[in-house]
Amino acid sequence: MIKTKIKWSRKHLLGLADLSATEITTILDTAGSFKEVSTRNIKKVPALRGKVVVNMFVEPSTRTKTSFSLAAKRLSADIVDFSSSSSSLVKGESLKDTARNIEAMGVDIVIIRHRAPGAPHLLTKVLDACIINAGDGAHEHPTQGLLDIFTIREKKKKIKGLKVAVVGDILHSRVARSNIWGLTKLGAQVIAVGPSTLIPDEFKELGVKISYNIDEVLPELDVINILRIQMERQNTNLFPSTREYARIFGINSERLKKAKKDVLILHPGPINRGVEITPEVADGKHSAILEQVTNGLAVRMAVLYLVSGVK
Amino acid sequence: MIKGKKILSPGQIKTLIQQLAHSILSQNKKSNSTLTGTSLALIGIHKRGIPLARRLQTALNQKTKTDIPLGWLDITLYRDDLETIGHVPVVKGTKIEFDLTDKNIILVDDVLFTGRTIRSALDELIDFGRPRSIQLAVLVDRGHRELPIQADYIGQTIETKNNEIVDVKLTETDGVDEVWLGKK
Repeated sequence: MIKTKIKWSRKHLLGLADLSATEITTILDTAGSFKEVSTRNIKKVPALRGKVVVNMFVEPSTRTKTSFSLAAKRLSADIVDFSSSSSSLVKGESLKDTARNIEAMGVDIVIIRHRAPGAPHLLTKVLDACIINAGDGAHEHPTQGLLDIFTIREKKKKIKGLKVAVVGDILHSRVARSNIWGLTKLGAQVIAVGPSTLIPDEFKELGVKISYNIDEVLPELDVINILRIQMERQNTNLFPSTREYARIFGINSERLKKAKKDVLILHPGPINRGVEITPEVADGKHSAILEQVTNGLAVRMAVLYLVSGVK
Repeated sequence: MIKGKKILSPGQIKTLIQQLAHSILSQNKKSNSTLTGTSLALIGIHKRGIPLARRLQTALNQKTKTDIPLGWLDITLYRDDLETIGHVPVVKGTKIEFDLTDKNIILVDDVLFTGRTIRSALDELIDFGRPRSIQLAVLVDRGHRELPIQADYIGQTIETKNNEIVDVKLTETDGVDEVWLGKK
């Protein structure tokens, strides 16, 4: 029998910086097929039967962790949840030792979120399992980047040539970095928008345009990806107050009047309603925020499926 | 491209599809005297089962004066050899937008060989609902079954060796209607 084969040879998904445009497109296309599974009566396929997946979240998460759990379950894998607060990491065990102990129980895929950039890369050196980065510090959050790009492609039918603004705390955002890598590789123009304290000039080296004035770039945008203002950084003096941030950069319906009629609004969550986005925009007709969550499931199924097929 | 001999011509393929449609209808009428075509549904298996199912649909629609629903399956996620094939096959997606419950499903594929594809397809179909029956129609049965699976409707049975290749070409996917038997 003659079968169509694709070239997917990566055992790990660490970041979009490592991937080629073709590889990103392969994940997006595969995710498109997986989206259908979630519309069935029986939302489960046997592709990963017998595989064991560990959710190793050493930093808080609701969306991503739940999404990976459901994705693994829909592929018939067994999933074990591991959270740092109830683990031996609080007893002082190193990440490497914890991970190796977990692997000794027969784990095939480790999904890791960690505050330290590069933690997933470290695991690839000490474990045989497939490693998926679910967010490492301010470095990358590849599946979030992929689901944002998937949602944009689904809505706009293309990526090449689009003008996409990533608005907010670019400096501390792994979502921004993954978006920038992925979108520029697929031919979109990315504009980083926010207060100058939160956009280092080095981002220009990634092929990004920088703007400190949302109103100036707004009329030409096809997509606005709004980042969460990280409240925990409020007292670091990077911007004067959330109220001022909302006034200067917050996306509200008044401001949107100057945007294209079909502008697409994305937000990776969790939302600070009234700060970076107003409730009427978050729940309005331009917003695809909940569709992002639905698409995230399909994208994570695709990633689990692809990496697990590599020897 | 494989070297070998041509087994079926465009004309023969056309005739076989008409014969398949005829047998499907008469068999289902036999078991159900009130059959109007409305209880039938076609499911093509990716990839060449889909154009074959479309052609059967056209033939059956004409004969029954009804509109028989059509869907398709990509059995990739149900394969029993995901562990061993190394490369991950492309997932092309499944599309079944009608309720299977109480339908007489005609599962369509180009070649019946080991029977493993059909086993996967049966598993996947059951996840969509509980059909009244599932029947199998294939253009070519080449033997060498590895599972207890047989077709209900066969266009042409061909004697083959296990290592030979049956290459079905269809206009929709390959630009021409032909079936070849050859070696790798």
